[in-house]
Amino acid sequence: MTGQTRGSARPNQWLRNLNAKIASIPMILTAVVIFVGGTAWTVLYSFTNSKLLPRLSFVGLDQYERLWAAPRWLVSIENLAIYGFFSLIFSLVIGFVLAALMDQKIRFENTFRTIMLYPFALSFIVTGLVWQWLLNPQYGIQSIVRSLGWTNFNFDPLYNSDIVIYGILIAALWQGTGLVMCLMLAGLRGIDEDIWKAARVDGIPMWKTYVLIIIPMMRGVFITTLVIIASGIVKVYDLVVAQTSGGPGIASEVPAKYVYDYMFQAQNLGQGFAASTMMLVTVAIIIVPWAYLEFGGGRKRA
Amino acid sequence: MLNLVANNSMVTEHEEVPDRITVGPSGPKPRRTLSRRNIVVYGTLIVVALYYLLPLYVMFMTSLKGMPEIRVGNIFAPPVEITFEPWVKAWAQACTGLNCDGLSRGFWNSVRITVPSVIISIAIASVNGYALANWRFKGADLFFTILIVGAFIPYQVMIYPIVIVLREMGVYGTLTGLIIVHTIFGMPILTLLFRNYFAGLPEELFKAARVDGAGFWTIYLKIMLPMSLPIFVVAMILQVTGIWNDFLFGVVFTRPEYYPMTVQLNNIVNSVQGVKEYNVNMAATLLTGLVPLTIYFISGRLFVRGIAAGAVKG
Repeated sequence: MTGQTRGSARPNQWLRNLNAKIASIPMILTAVVIFVGGTAWTVLYSFTNSKLLPRLSFVGLDQYERLWAAPRWLVSIENLAIYGFFSLIFSLVIGFVLAALMDQKIRFENTFRTIMLYPFALSFIVTGLVWQWLLNPQYGIQSIVRSLGWTNFNFDPLYNSDIVIYGILIAALWQGTGLVMCLMLAGLRGIDEDIWKAARVDGIPMWKTYVLIIIPMMRGVFITTLVIIASGIVKVYDLVVAQTSGGPGIASEVPAKYVYDYMFQAQNLGQGFAASTMMLVTVAIIIVPWAYLEFGGGRKRA
Repeated sequence: MLNLVANNSMVTEHEEVPDRITVGPSGPKPRRTLSRRNIVVYGTLIVVALYYLLPLYVMFMTSLKGMPEIRVGNIFAPPVEITFEPWVKAWAQACTGLNCDGLSRGFWNSVRITVPSVIISIAIASVNGYALANWRFKGADLFFTILIVGAFIPYQVMIYPIVIVLREMGVYGTLTGLIIVHTIFGMPILTLLFRNYFAGLPEELFKAARVDGAGFWTIYLKIMLPMSLPIFVVAMILQVTGIWNDFLFGVVFTRPEYYPMTVQLNNIVNSVQGVKEYNVNMAATLLTGLVPLTIYFISGRLFVRGIAAGAVKG
């Protein structure tokens, strides 16, 4: 439509815009068919009793009631909450402290950054397997500490259902804090040098400058980092599969794994759809306020 | 550059301080806190760096030991007797299910997945980003916004509809299907990357080319492409590491004979049958990590740029 009206005004415009439109076909298809269509499809079918194959026989909120009554889902949600809470806190704190240390005009900054960031280049599978080995109670950290004399030392998170999620958290933090550090460092570098000078002239101690001046100034960086970490948390899957396969028992199950198992192994599609819709809702709760802040303020437009 | 200058001036300031130690309280204080601070700063950073390096070190050491040594020894100790057998075994003999041809199969599958996925996704996204930056048409921004917002939707929500679409196309379970999936999910971040880059190029160039009668493709191929090699490298780093490290799509969209390296690695290590050979497992894990690690260490700063852009992908 638009192309044609413009085309009548300027003959060549239509052809050129046609090229741009052809170039955008994959994007339009992805956006409309996969992202919007696929999401709508999954949400719609989450209200059906699909088992092996998707069927349009609606059962209202049955799947959701079953979902929230399933012990495995409740464990998954609890794990996600613990894992999410601690990984948010720890990666923000550790990431910021490391970035602040890196910002002290140190030597070998590049070396340190390379070392802290390399785990991020590795896949979750590799990360999970390495930490599975390090946390192996028979040969790993526990046995080393015991051989040093503390024979009662106990550290076997991957085999203890009460603390298994913390074992996964350790691996996740090892992999992800480097990225947070880099984002924070970029934020710190964006702060005007004059602020530091002014704080120094006023005799404000360094930690106070960070807490009272720098961190409030880095609000945007913090929020963006928060959103990045949070949307990663909801998707956590590979790490758990590699490190514990959800065990011992169901102690380290997470929602993403619940979805996969119900869709492709238990052949209970309806449950899988309902669980994935709950994941979508979780992400929406995180993203919508952020998008509102970010785009409502008109910051990204610049 | 600015940092460098600031850095130099700081250093000279500190060097002047010692002469004034006895002059008054205003002189020595910064020096003492600074040197003590330096110890804390470097000390912490070195401890942290060791912590980050530890798993890599342990992986490497374990992979060079024989099983008897692992059973009696300590995982941090370097091997008494270095053996490369675990590496050979991991590469050529490790078993997944009934297949005992090692990780090499997964490696070549990953290569066959990664290379076309990277090329196709970058080709599509770069042209698309160029169209969005320079040839905006009505509605383009809407689709682009949907695409970016869609990047936050958990993959689990869209997996099953994609399975159906691929099945209808007759490519479910094949490498082609997986390549399409990688192209789809690489699109938001790559399009954003290219759009922002092309939008940042001087508009006069584009206008001049149009005045000279160059069209959409000519401008793209003759002007935009040669000017934007760095961003193509960033996109390549992003995609190669991302696709190589993928697990979920590999396991969902391919049949076992096409499993990428990560999936096969997980199957080798976490398979329950037989005695666990930790040295072979660690050799296999390192082998899988080698490709992204190599890219990381070679590309350095560009990698940082890539992940800063790709961080949104999660």
